Amino acid sequence: MNLLSLSNASPWQLPLIISLFLIFLYLARRPFHQGLRALGRTLSNGLRLSSRSVLLAEREMQKRNRDVLMTEGLIQVERELEREFQRVETIVNRDLQAYPAFHRKLSELLHQVDENYRNSSELPPTPPAWVSTIEAVANIPDTADGGVAAVLEEIRKTLERHHQTAMEEYRKATAVRHGILQKTQPGWRQLTDTLEKVNHSITGLKERASLIDKCIQQYQDIRSGSDLAEQRLSTSAMTQFAISALVMMIAIGGAVINFNLIALPMSEMVGGGSYIGAYKTSNVAALVIILVEASMGLFLMESLRITRLFPLISTMEERPRLRMVWISFSILAILAGVESALAFMRDQIAADMEMLRQSLTGMEAAVRTSRSLIPTIGQMVLGFILPFALTFIAIPLESFVHSSRTVVGRFCTWALRALAFILRLLASISHHLFQVLITIYDIAIFPLLWVEEKIRRPAKEPAPPNDNPKLATPKKEKS
Amino acid sequence: MNRLVFLPLLLLLFITGCPDNTSHSRAVFMLLDTSGTYTAELEKAQSIINYLLGTLQPGDSLAVARIDTGSFSEKDIIKKVTFDGRPSVANEQKRAFRQAVDDFIKQVKPSSYTDITGGVLQAVEFLTETGAGKKDILIYSDMEEELKKGYVRDFPIQMAGVKVVALNVTKLRQDIVDPRKYMNRLEVWKKKVEDGGGSWKVVNDLERLEKLLAD
Repeated sequence: MNLLSLSNASPWQLPLIISLFLIFLYLARRPFHQGLRALGRTLSNGLRLSSRSVLLAEREMQKRNRDVLMTEGLIQVERELEREFQRVETIVNRDLQAYPAFHRKLSELLHQVDENYRNSSELPPTPPAWVSTIEAVANIPDTADGGVAAVLEEIRKTLERHHQTAMEEYRKATAVRHGILQKTQPGWRQLTDTLEKVNHSITGLKERASLIDKCIQQYQDIRSGSDLAEQRLSTSAMTQFAISALVMMIAIGGAVINFNLIALPMSEMVGGGSYIGAYKTSNVAALVIILVEASMGLFLMESLRITRLFPLISTMEERPRLRMVWISFSILAILAGVESALAFMRDQIAADMEMLRQSLTGMEAAVRTSRSLIPTIGQMVLGFILPFALTFIAIPLESFVHSSRTVVGRFCTWALRALAFILRLLASISHHLFQVLITIYDIAIFPLLWVEEKIRRPAKEPAPPNDNPKLATPKKEKS
Repeated sequence: MNRLVFLPLLLLLFITGCPDNTSHSRAVFMLLDTSGTYTAELEKAQSIINYLLGTLQPGDSLAVARIDTGSFSEKDIIKKVTFDGRPSVANEQKRAFRQAVDDFIKQVKPSSYTDITGGVLQAVEFLTETGAGKKDILIYSDMEEELKKGYVRDFPIQMAGVKVVALNVTKLRQDIVDPRKYMNRLEVWKKKVEDGGGSWKVVNDLERLEKLLAD
């Protein structure tokens, strides 16, 4: 029955139809309610279950992130420790290995200084044996006897002469001692230098030891899985990610310039009219050259043990590793030379093309006079330097790869958490939506429900305060 | 080791497994009307040819032919070239091409009739032979065809994938009297080209040459 037929119905038919429809709704109320509730429950439970499983996945991801972070942190600290130990080894090999020689030298110097000191010690001049006799004669009282006075005068002169001689000898001996002490001076200086060297080495070792202590402390923190260590590592990973991404973008800019520098001359080598797929063969060839350079740079950095992206290379034995250093460096140098030549060729082709273009527009003379060597040399130098500069992309690349594990993991965790929240929200909304539908259904048939309530609960009896019979307070019967 | 072998093989498979058979080169055939009334306009055509020489890339083809009494002939091709892949060689070819065109324009003599259809047939033949991905015919003419008695040109021409550009279509004296003649002339050519599967365009403003080869 459509609306048109309803509108054509007689005036008494319409209320009848509506009444019958309401009666039908009233009778179907219980199963309809049950159906809506079941549907709501199913949908809500399904969404809650999904939310729960997403949350579980998020926790798993969080655990995995934490494990990755801690492992990365441990590897990082281990590498730092390894480097510190290598530095300590260098100090020990360079300075302390020669310690026995130092010690022997110090002993010799000390022995020499001691000997010199002993040789330079001041010895008081021994008074001659007859001085006491002269003293006794000198104590004879002067009795105004001319003979005695003459003898005493003679004795005084002898004493003065002796004193003068003794003083001269003493001065000579002192000068000799000063000479010995002067000879000792370089020995002292040498001794001081040697001791300073030892002191310097010991200080360097002490500094390294304190750094190693710090690393060990960090290592222990990470091993214990403390929140502080996790937070520090996480912040560090974020910073590393941002910085390495920035540096890589700069490096990509360099690679683009490099590409433009060699793409045109490559067409002279491989032809400008051939294509691989939708791309010019010359462009693909230029790109391949740049990628090969980047790869060689990566291998160079790996074999120099500056980066450790390939465990196979970093764990190589010394000899093959050094061979690899030289091979990758040689290939890089050859490619840099090729690029330099290509840059030169590019300049020539560009100049030729410009001349042709100008001649086609009738400005031939102006171009021929405005040629300079500076752009050519500049392009050649740029072509030679850029491959080597691209080598260093390996360092930010390594940081980017390692930090991206943490950052991407964290991003996934946030995404999963957001998904779980949305699912939970949808579960709640669906639950309440079906409640609202039930209420709307009841509103549609409210006259019948009102009648039902009146029939069930007569008007005389006041309505119980609570619908639940168990909770209703029993009335006290009057005796 | 397996991985080392696998990756280049995968790359090779990627390159060879998805072949791109479409040709990326362009071929342009330019027809110059040398009929009596139009010879004076030929100097302007030089700038168009110079523009084409500056625009076309290594691997592209260019031909310039004259429209005279019987244009369906190899003899009417002034110069044709497929530019070498090496830019330096292509530049030399362009210089030689320009010289040939300059020489032709200096010593051109007006023809008695204008066989445009024959020139177009010659152009289609050339463009098909080049195997280029993009084919253009530039007709530098007033598009008024005058055939010698006995020449048969009223048949459809297969021009699938060919773009025809009418350049500098000047108005004739009778067009000024009755512009419908001019419009009808262009309409007839448009129908002829489009019936053959080609596309049709008119460019009268020679200051905007970049429109010539625009897709």
